[in-house]
Amino acid sequence: MRFMMMVIPEGYGSAAPDAAPSAEAVARMMQFNKSLQKAGVLLALDGLFPPSTGARISYRDGKPTVTDGPFAETKEVIGGYWIIQVRSREEAIEWAKRAPMSNTEVIEVRQIHEMSDFPEDVQKAAEGFEHLNR
Amino acid sequence: MRMSDVHKTIDAVWKIESTRLIAAIARVTHDIGIAEELAQDALVTALDVWPEAGIPDNPGAWLMTAAKRRAIDSLRRGRMLLRKHEEVARELEWQQQRLGDALERALDEVIDDDVLRLIFTACHPVLAVEGRIALTLRLIGGLTTSEIARAFLVPEKTLGQRIARAKKTLSEAHVPFETPSGEELRFRVESVLMVVYLIFNEGYTATSGDEWMRAGLSEEALRLGRMLGQLLPGESEAHALVALMELQASRNAARRGKSGEAVLLPDQDRSLWDHAQIQRGMTALERAQGLGGGAKPYALQAAIAACHMRARTAEETDWDRVVVLYGALLQVNPSPIVALNRAVAVGMVQGPAAGLDALDAATTLAGDSALAGYHLFPSVRGDLLMKLGRLSEAREEIQRAIAMTKNLREQELLANRLKQLEKAAAG
Repeated sequence: MRFMMMVIPEGYGSAAPDAAPSAEAVARMMQFNKSLQKAGVLLALDGLFPPSTGARISYRDGKPTVTDGPFAETKEVIGGYWIIQVRSREEAIEWAKRAPMSNTEVIEVRQIHEMSDFPEDVQKAAEGFEHLNR
Repeated sequence: MRMSDVHKTIDAVWKIESTRLIAAIARVTHDIGIAEELAQDALVTALDVWPEAGIPDNPGAWLMTAAKRRAIDSLRRGRMLLRKHEEVARELEWQQQRLGDALERALDEVIDDDVLRLIFTACHPVLAVEGRIALTLRLIGGLTTSEIARAFLVPEKTLGQRIARAKKTLSEAHVPFETPSGEELRFRVESVLMVVYLIFNEGYTATSGDEWMRAGLSEEALRLGRMLGQLLPGESEAHALVALMELQASRNAARRGKSGEAVLLPDQDRSLWDHAQIQRGMTALERAQGLGGGAKPYALQAAIAACHMRARTAEETDWDRVVVLYGALLQVNPSPIVALNRAVAVGMVQGPAAGLDALDAATTLAGDSALAGYHLFPSVRGDLLMKLGRLSEAREEIQRAIAMTKNLREQELLANRLKQLEKAAAG
């Protein structure tokens, strides 16, 4: 089963567009990444630019409205993520516990839906998905 | 019985920490059986203490300390722990001190090499293949005996004996706890990769039993493969095996129809393939090829799988390339099964008559080995004959194939084909 571990850093919602982690923080993180890789559980990982460089698109009756970041009203935003393949929810939590996080960071662990988890009609509706993925 | 949450957490900690723990202890004891016993003792202590005291901040170090205490205890009680340690001193005190220090050091140092030694030892050719598989899942997978037994559909007692026998064999054969080198390395890597691929296939071809557990075997094999890719980064076939497994597993969702029947590659709904997984497989294959290993067996098999995965429809498959790749695979692995697969591809490229010629060659290669009774030989022959319009011969071959397989799902597929044939003959 696959899980996404999302990093939610406090204050990242209002961080400057060029905000970057310190070299020490990155070095610690690389060590953790390496341990995931050596255990054979790491499938993917990425870090995200702060929301101040992003945009939010909201929808009212199907009509999209674009708001540029930062988003003052939003408390929790994602700073980056890992996708890991593990054998249980507990194992995903154990890995998250080993991440080198500071007092102001939170990791949220969520299981990734596999296609086979969906009911048949949903699977049917997802036909042709391959073309989106290419 | 439902495991309590804390037990589930301890199980997760064990699955993460046990391999490095056992590997570190084995460096000192030189015996993976003893190392595993000590690690298990530590786990038992944890199961006793953690539900009350809570999970420690560094559970790996906690387990190592517990294992160290057990080691010193059993030494004190006279259990001959360092059976194989050449430098064992006579005085007990000194031994205890030395053992404690050595275990301490083992934990502190980088121990990737220890993990690698553990894998090579668990997959040692002195062991029966089933022993290698069980030991690998137990020591490197962190699976319990009961989990492995369920996955392999054998009684727990049988599996326990299998593991005990394997440990005894290693101990009696004085298999050193080391990474092989030179020519020996190549041969030993082959054994490790074979064990991982067998575990994968055990899960991949699951048609009965505890399906979830068996599917879990494929995921575990993939994890082991990725581990090997990290531990042996220059070994192209380790990456190629990961590629092959990723590409095969990416088709999982499409391999079963609504009522659980097998769906063969040409008939699969390709939108159900896992494209992120295909991408990972392609990346691993490129890595293997980049290391110059493109012509080795796993790389060729992965390249063949890649040809199928790249095609949007079965018709779009680059069959020319598939024929070339099977030809190359036949060079390094002259097996009747490879020749059979090549014949199918030849039939697609050069027509059914050429396919039949290639199939004759495959049949000759099979000779009167056990493979001569493999149902896919008459089944493929029946298909080719059908395409040539030789319907009554085709029917005979499909009937032969049905008689040769015991697998109910295969029989169903073949019976359907027979029906089609009869329809064609009537029309």
